[in-house]
Amino acid sequence: MYAQALNVAEKAHADDPELRARFQRRVDAEEKIEPNDWMPEGYRRTLVRQISQHAHSEIVGMLPEGNWITRAPSLKRKAALLAKVQDEGGHGLYLYSAAETLGVSREELVEQLLTGKAKYSSIFNYPTPSWADIGMIGWLVDGAAIMNQIPLCRCSYGPYARAMIRVCKEESFHQRQGFEIVMTLAKGSPAQKTMAQQALNRWWWPALMMFGPSDRDSQHSDQNMAWKIKRFSNDDLRQKFIDATVPQGHFLGLTFPDPELRFNEATGHWEHGPIDWSEFNRVVRGEGPCNRERLKARQKAHAEGAWVREAALAHAEKRAARKAAAKIAAE
Amino acid sequence: MTEKSGTEKTMPLWEVFIRSRTGLSHRHCGSLHAPDAEMALQAARDVYTRRGEGLSIWVVPSSAITASDPQDKDALFEPTASKIYRHPTFYEVPEEVGHM
Repeated sequence: MYAQALNVAEKAHADDPELRARFQRRVDAEEKIEPNDWMPEGYRRTLVRQISQHAHSEIVGMLPEGNWITRAPSLKRKAALLAKVQDEGGHGLYLYSAAETLGVSREELVEQLLTGKAKYSSIFNYPTPSWADIGMIGWLVDGAAIMNQIPLCRCSYGPYARAMIRVCKEESFHQRQGFEIVMTLAKGSPAQKTMAQQALNRWWWPALMMFGPSDRDSQHSDQNMAWKIKRFSNDDLRQKFIDATVPQGHFLGLTFPDPELRFNEATGHWEHGPIDWSEFNRVVRGEGPCNRERLKARQKAHAEGAWVREAALAHAEKRAARKAAAKIAAE
Repeated sequence: MTEKSGTEKTMPLWEVFIRSRTGLSHRHCGSLHAPDAEMALQAARDVYTRRGEGLSIWVVPSSAITASDPQDKDALFEPTASKIYRHPTFYEVPEEVGHM
């Protein structure tokens, strides 16, 4: 996005205090920072990391759901799931483009994913053993993603903010689609209701972990807040998600797998029990139930897609050569 | 990984513009990599028009765009700030005259 090929980012005066102060004034004034504007190296690095991780998450996120496309219970649900997975591919592409405006190539980013150097959202390392899991991904995982992404529409970096506006519009279809799946099961036969409940038990805690470590332990928060890359803390967003989601679950007659979950009349918030951060750290380290499988699936897809990229390039070359030959003949 | 060449060298970057059904002008909506213009159009259709966003697509090689330098921003755009007489709100129309 935004003709990033034009100007090479100036690496000179990398962290000049004067430029830094001017940059911070622009951010404070809610001006958008654009690709060719001066920015501190740390800001650029943070954004490349965050946007590319976000892109990788969209791409890897296609896998747990792709698992159910051929087994969706009806043609309508199959078409909707296919569209949703296609959207995720699209979201990955918008985000890779936004990351590329910061001076990294698509190739480098893809390589970081395939070699396991880059991280992606740990939620996608959980399996989807039943159809109800597809409902939970839409309702909870996309619901949590929306909470995270709506403030990103106001991120100080222009291309990222613009990409997020598009993504958010499409995510609301995803969440409703998921909720409807869960609702249908929750109102169905006792066996279907059990299936929904079991899936909620599987996904609730991992969904809460999507917001990242507690504010007490989060490493990057303060600087990212000052740079307006981040607008709300992890715990604030998590609380917002819980407050929005718990009544929806109760409406469906489902219970949350947290014995300490209770409504605090005084604060108006739902309070939750302690999150098992050792599980989160394990999954982030690569020891989740599906980390290896996901990475292998991406590597396989990339390797098996190589001929398509090669054929597209060969086709373009052939067409260009024909065009050139026709031009010579006409002269 | 069997791929040898970087996308930067072989798959150029294209900027995508879409005209919505409201009849307004084409508007920049994003970018993508593609080997040539035709395939860029095809990809733009898949990536950027999944929900009836538009009736027409332009793809332009990013390298063909000449952009103003952000350093010149003040010189280029600041002068208009002092020219409030260019705005209709600068002029008073007597109430008796009605809407103008």
